Amino acid sequence: MVVRLLLEITDLAVEVSGKEILSDIDLYIDKGETHVLLGPNGSGKSTLFMSMLGFPKYKVIRGEILFKGEDITNMTTTERVQLGLGVSFQNPPAIRGVKLKDLLNIESSKNGTKPVSEELSPETVALADKLKFSDQFLERDVNLGFSGGEVKRSEILQLLAQKPDFIMFDEPDSGVDIENVELLAEEINVLLDKDKKPGLREKSGLLITHLGYILNFVGANTAHVLMDGKIACSGDPTEILEDIRKEGFKGCVQCCGIH
Amino acid sequence: MLRNTLERAEKAKKKKAALGEDIDFENFEGEEAGEHEEIESLKDLSDKNKKSLLKVGVDASETGRAGSFLQIDQSKVCSNCKSEAIELMGLQQAIKKYDWVKDYMWNAVPVDTDKYTAKTALGEPGGYFIRSLPNTKEVFPIQACMFIGDEKVAQTAHNIIIAEENSELHIITGCSTGDDVQSAMHVGVSEFYLKKGAKITFTMVHNWAEQVEVRPRTGVILNDDTTYISNYILTSPVNTIQTYPTAYCQGENSKVVFQSILGGQKDSILDAGSRAILTGKNSSAEMITRAVSKDESQIYTRGHLAGKSPDVRGHLECMGLVLSDDSLIYSVPELEGSSTDLELSHEAAVGKIAEEEVLYLMSRGLTEDEAASMIVKGFLSMDIAGLPPELAAETKKMIDQSIQGM
Ligand SMILES: Nc1ncnc2c1ncn2[C@@H]1O[C@H](COP(=O)(O)OP(=O)(O)OP(=O)(O)O)[C@@H](O)[C@H]1O
Ligand SMILES: [Mg+2]
Repeated sequence: MVVRLLLEITDLAVEVSGKEILSDIDLYIDKGETHVLLGPNGSGKSTLFMSMLGFPKYKVIRGEILFKGEDITNMTTTERVQLGLGVSFQNPPAIRGVKLKDLLNIESSKNGTKPVSEELSPETVALADKLKFSDQFLERDVNLGFSGGEVKRSEILQLLAQKPDFIMFDEPDSGVDIENVELLAEEINVLLDKDKKPGLREKSGLLITHLGYILNFVGANTAHVLMDGKIACSGDPTEILEDIRKEGFKGCVQCCGIH
Repeated sequence: MLRNTLERAEKAKKKKAALGEDIDFENFEGEEAGEHEEIESLKDLSDKNKKSLLKVGVDASETGRAGSFLQIDQSKVCSNCKSEAIELMGLQQAIKKYDWVKDYMWNAVPVDTDKYTAKTALGEPGGYFIRSLPNTKEVFPIQACMFIGDEKVAQTAHNIIIAEENSELHIITGCSTGDDVQSAMHVGVSEFYLKKGAKITFTMVHNWAEQVEVRPRTGVILNDDTTYISNYILTSPVNTIQTYPTAYCQGENSKVVFQSILGGQKDSILDAGSRAILTGKNSSAEMITRAVSKDESQIYTRGHLAGKSPDVRGHLECMGLVLSDDSLIYSVPELEGSSTDLELSHEAAVGKIAEEEVLYLMSRGLTEDEAASMIVKGFLSMDIAGLPPELAAETKKMIDQSIQGM
């Protein structure tokens, strides 16, 4: 049998500044799958992403993370990214003097499509154009004074240049207008191989969303609800969202056994 | 020179500078330094020297330059000017050519400031004379280079720069040392005079050897409706630098901008400030410094804004990144308001590289070191305002090149 398992998180517990934020996390994601992560504010969704990226403040106190069969629990962020992890951040920092263009250059050079140089490759220029960024915009310091929607588009653009195998999207749709949600969804579908038949997809994703509107355009296989740092419920995304809308998070989790 | 000036210099011969480590001239060779032959053009330089000059923005091909001046040790080696709008020559020639030149000497920089100005006045300094003629606007810069070619030389230069009424003048100055030089000293007195409606931009790149002591002394006098923009870039190791250029905004609507990029490496001690005395009605000053300290370097960035007339404005900004535990950045902003309706402000932030920024870049695939280096370069690569487009591009290149090594 072909191994389709891409990401395996078992019994993960994470501590931030001495406080346990995540515990008992089990999560398995196959190649080609897209999972959704739901949960109230402060439940630990972004914390899970930072932990998977290996950010130093997020200390794994139990459990392990396997990616492509390799134990990445103690790897540096760079090593994990080089292995194929990617992320679009909820609130990325602005960096003075570092242009969006510079980031696109390192990203496309790291994925081996071109050597590092001053000028963007024609492919990257085309991608930027698709995401409605002008040449002048690419010269701007990254995230400095970007509007909410521009931040989200810039994060997706960077991922398109980087081409990771497993992508974590942290609220790619928050604060984005309806038209742009569709545009972003289209590109997220490209990133996740959605144009291919499910069995042939190589890329996988884990997507955090609050409103779920984006799921009208990005198909997802499974949804997980995070409550107080634990996965309280998993199941069909449409049904779970529906339950949350009707019953709230608490109600959804209570009747979770039904899914 | 006037007797009075010489007397004052004589009295200040042993006067220690207000700031910076005291340097003993005895340790260096002064005017007895070997002479260097004059050349027609910078093209005649050795390839090795051409390369050193290029590192500080002085292009031996002389393309895109209005003229070139080169002093090696105490010798004026080259002085040629293509522009009809500008007069360029060694200061000693200028003194012989025009008897009024000496009226400009020691007005913007007091001769008895300290032992360094005194020594310059009492000796036979090199240095250049640049004068833009009235109602002219030369977009290409004059490039001037102070080069130390021999070990243990104490180089002195006295530069007089005059922008006549309604003229615009751009200068690139590069200071550098030969490959074999380790220890030397440089004292450069520069006096700028801006007549009504004039504009000067002065971009200076320093690239000294590791044991060089540098003591520039700079004064700028601004008349009505004038603009002076100074860009100072130093990112390579040096022993000590102490400099505190002062702009006297005497004219109405006069404006001064000081922008500095300071990179401390090894055990360099950089003490760099800028001062503006705002006496002219509606005059203004802006000072922006970016400093990064590495290794065991120490950086003191000083700024002093003195508002002495109503309606003057001044802003001082210093951002510092401390990259090593053994280095230090000490920011000393001073605001002095002695009139009503003036607006003086300062903003200073010294810290380490934000971890969040490093992690952001690492999650795009850079290593921690690559990420830090990209952030530092971005931090230092400030946009220089006020230059004509060609010169802006050129200056950007110079800055990028200078910060590569950080
Ligand atoms: N670096 C940190 N330092 C201190 N507390 C943190 C840190 N990171 C996360 N936390 C805490 O951990 C909890 C989970 O935060 P997290 O950002 O993961 O929530 P979230 O589910 O992404 O919420 P939201 O929907 O609001 O984005 C919160 O209480 C938060 O304050
Ligand atoms: Mg979050």
